[in-house]
Amino acid sequence: MTTLPRTTAQKETAVAPPKQSESPLGQLRHRPEAGALIGTVSVFVFFAIFGGEKFLATGGAASWLNIAAELGIIAIPVGLLMIAGELDVSVGSVLAGSSMTLAIVSGYWGAPMIVGILCALGLGVLTGLLNGLIVTRTNVPSLVVTLATLSGLAGLTLGLSRVTTGTTSVPISPDPLSKALFGHLIAGQFEVAIFWWLGIAVCVTVLLQMMKYGNWIFAIGGDKESARATGIPVNRVKIALYVASGFGAALVGVIQTILYNGAQVANGQSFVFNSIIAVVIGGVLLTGGYGSVFGVVLGTLTFAIVNQGIYYTGWNSDWASLILGILILTAVLMNNTFRRLALSYKPRSAKKA
Amino acid sequence: MTTPLLRLTGVSKSFLGTHALQDISLEVDAGKVLCLLGDNGAGKSTLIKIMSGFHKPTTGTVEINGEPVTFESPRDASDQGIATVHQFGGTFPLMGVGRCFFVGAEPTKGWGPFKLFDKKVAGDIAVREMQSLGITRVTDGNRLVGSLSGGERQALAIARAVYFGANVLILDEPTAALGVKEAAHVLRIIMQARAKGVAVILVTHNVRHAMMVGDHFAVLIRGQKADDFRKGERTREEITDLMAGGEAMADLEAELAQLQADA
Repeated sequence: MTTLPRTTAQKETAVAPPKQSESPLGQLRHRPEAGALIGTVSVFVFFAIFGGEKFLATGGAASWLNIAAELGIIAIPVGLLMIAGELDVSVGSVLAGSSMTLAIVSGYWGAPMIVGILCALGLGVLTGLLNGLIVTRTNVPSLVVTLATLSGLAGLTLGLSRVTTGTTSVPISPDPLSKALFGHLIAGQFEVAIFWWLGIAVCVTVLLQMMKYGNWIFAIGGDKESARATGIPVNRVKIALYVASGFGAALVGVIQTILYNGAQVANGQSFVFNSIIAVVIGGVLLTGGYGSVFGVVLGTLTFAIVNQGIYYTGWNSDWASLILGILILTAVLMNNTFRRLALSYKPRSAKKA
Repeated sequence: MTTPLLRLTGVSKSFLGTHALQDISLEVDAGKVLCLLGDNGAGKSTLIKIMSGFHKPTTGTVEINGEPVTFESPRDASDQGIATVHQFGGTFPLMGVGRCFFVGAEPTKGWGPFKLFDKKVAGDIAVREMQSLGITRVTDGNRLVGSLSGGERQALAIARAVYFGANVLILDEPTAALGVKEAAHVLRIIMQARAKGVAVILVTHNVRHAMMVGDHFAVLIRGQKADDFRKGERTREEITDLMAGGEAMADLEAELAQLQADA
């Protein structure tokens, strides 16, 4: 079989059979991510105009990139789960739990940093495993299952922290290596988490778009029964995705603990809804079957820009949530429109001659 | 007489004491179309689920090429070459044609853990196989399945099943949701699959469609096989009457005539 190298070659050869040559912008119209991209660009332009130079300066960029990076590390695996048709709202408590685990193990008890970090990440993996097992074994809606772990783990974290340390806030002094890996501020402003986020985004894009596992995830979210009938190990894939989501949340817990030299029991609950907002703005279908990492990254950026941009406008930051609410609604409506456009798209030249 | 590709003998199925199917015996040959006719609730779906491994029969046997088989799962049935094409195609609207075609059996390239899903090959094969069933309007493997017409989706599902070695193809009401033209298209695709030597089981309550493509017919009524005949042995009126429950239909006609007279 003569298969040409992909991408560029594909586009060149596509000219040979009768096929209309559309401008890149025209092509984008048929991509369901188009809505997410428009969203990110518009909020950026909006705050660039009203936020002025300070928003555009490195300090401004750092403020929203830092927010985006931490949220993004959680939003990407949560987005994968949503593509597969499931929700995970337990990420907030996983973040808090892993933060406290690291702070107690390595800070309060004084174990080596690596031990604390592994325990913290292990907690995320275990919670994910538990979520995945319960969801696949019981068929209870994943929202309910993960709400239960959200609440349960929050209680466990609070209770155990008080029992072991007598307080809800534990300091830690990370060694230079872990500081450099997880909590360093590049140029004094940009969190090293930005690179974790980009690295994860690239890896997950390859997984989702270029490997068979991605196809499985889409299929499970599109039609679980058909996916099972074709022999995809639906339950194992779902459990793996919950583990990934737990791991992502735990990683952010580690990053925050090392960055701020300490952990608090109440950390991270804002990530529960913010991750879903980022994913939905990013064009992932809440009911599963469609989405992309690129879209989730754009959604995360949009969220972060709105979240931070408001401070640069000089307006009262009370209005940030209002803007966010309007944004979510607009984004979802726009995404629906673009999805419809993509679905109704039939190449004109394909008509019979 | 050759052994039939798929044979059911005395198959019954009860759910919690309710008899969904009673003593059904059927045979399907390669390159032939068997039409399963019956009203809603006659047990057609239960019968398909037994043949495709979703249910196990309470009693009775299933044989493939004369060998008795037990399906523990739908996977077992598809390993034996039995493919079910669900109503509306059982496909994924937001996936590309190539992706959808190879779900669960993705072609890969590269090595070790870095095997990549070869989307180019997947798209090319999907388009080629659909074209071999007479779908010429789909030329791009990245075309979203949701943008295909109902008939094209059926073709995709059928092409997929045949490509992956199905020799028994179960079509559950493939024409139910389609317009006249699309339905004709699907019937043509069925004949093309038949010409390829596939045994086709067409489940429908549309007698007209069944008579156009069927070689062999079985009528189910309330879980029992009411009639079993070959092409040309019954008229359409006879079949329709039988499906609707014969006498019940005559009673209904009389009652309606009465109502009309009263008005």
